[in-house]
Amino acid sequence: MKNKFRIYHSESLCGEKFMDSEIEEKKARSIAELVSIIEALIFVADEPLSIKILADVLEEEKEIIQSAIEELSKEYEERDGGLQLREIAGGWQISTRTKFHAEIRAFLKTRPSAKLSLAALETLAVIAYKQPATVPEILEIRGVQSASAIKTLLDKRLIVARGRKETVGRPMQYGTSKDFLIQFGLKDLSELPSIEDFEDLVH
Amino acid sequence: MEQSTEQLTFDFFTEKPHIVATSSTDEINLELGAFAGPLDLLLFLIKQEQANIFDIPIARIANEYLKYIRLMKSLDIALAGDLLVMAATLIEIKSKMLLPREISDETEEGIEDPRRELVDRLLEYERFKSAAQMLYTRSTIEQAVFPRGQIETDENNTEVNVSVFDLLNVFQKIIARQTEEIQIEIQREEMSLSEMIKNLKRRILQTKQLNLLEFFREMQSKTELVLAFIAVLEIVRTESVKLLQDKTFGVIILSKV
Repeated sequence: MKNKFRIYHSESLCGEKFMDSEIEEKKARSIAELVSIIEALIFVADEPLSIKILADVLEEEKEIIQSAIEELSKEYEERDGGLQLREIAGGWQISTRTKFHAEIRAFLKTRPSAKLSLAALETLAVIAYKQPATVPEILEIRGVQSASAIKTLLDKRLIVARGRKETVGRPMQYGTSKDFLIQFGLKDLSELPSIEDFEDLVH
Repeated sequence: MEQSTEQLTFDFFTEKPHIVATSSTDEINLELGAFAGPLDLLLFLIKQEQANIFDIPIARIANEYLKYIRLMKSLDIALAGDLLVMAATLIEIKSKMLLPREISDETEEGIEDPRRELVDRLLEYERFKSAAQMLYTRSTIEQAVFPRGQIETDENNTEVNVSVFDLLNVFQKIIARQTEEIQIEIQREEMSLSEMIKNLKRRILQTKQLNLLEFFREMQSKTELVLAFIAVLEIVRTESVKLLQDKTFGVIILSKV
């Protein structure tokens, strides 16, 4: 408010001076204020909010946003309340903590949504690790035609078509979607454990 | 998504295979206990026989596998092609193992174990099976996390602010569209290839000989003409008819043998 007041009084309305005072206004945000604004934005966002979007909207440096989020994240951890702030699908999201799921379900009167079939999960695993993966490539690994599993995954928007592969038959290629990251609680694809690691797990 | 309208369950050893009919598709999925395919079944049999995956007793495992397939047949279950392909692969490997292997001076590694490719596939499949398990766990955990409820915005607010006149306006447009739609005449689908072949067969049976030029002239559209041509090719290939032509560029006669 103070800043705006100053603009009003600065007689000359020439661009340069106006810009100056705007910058001044921006600089006036303290880190504590920024933390609060970011919390509010993450709260209203429908999807996980990326640092880039926050930086664009708030006209701040990404590094400053990053440190503000770290501060906010620390606050959430220290408070250990019903909400958590977490990094998911390339952005930040406020959600409830897992331990209260029973009470939340009772209140919302919802049940866990239908689980994916084993076939769909296997197909999804192949696509997640081999993406972009084609139907023949999935068949090669699973030893089963996976057409209906792929349809289910497309319907649930867990995978998306990624164009055709320039090879015999020009088969469609599939990759995982942003919804996949959200539904499986992943920051990004690199958070998936490496496929080679599963070998040690099995034997 | 809502599915699984009926479930038929029966026992197989300790596993419980069941048929899942989905309402959304025409397909009926057979889920054999926890088996998601031939590789999965094979892994199960190898574990059941307590065999080493790197040294599969192929004869024993192939027997078990075929026993399983026979049981499915006896239950009158249409076998998935993939299961049969694996059965054939197992038998092929088994027969290769029986053949005396050429002992050459080369190093032992030079001799390819016929089981090698299958083992590689099994190992790779097993890794993805574990990955699927990991995804399952993750999604279960994730289902216990709730983001905030939806905030009403212009995008998701389906409620619209309209007056009676707006509604009337839209209603009139719909009525107008309705009458337009009625005016559309639907042309009869042109003949299918099988109809065309049937037609051609009948003609040949009746007349014994058929002038192709005349036959093609009867066609009323390009599509029919193409179909007629394909029908001729097909009928020459599959039926006891032959094509006769007296001289170059002469009339072609389709004739019964």
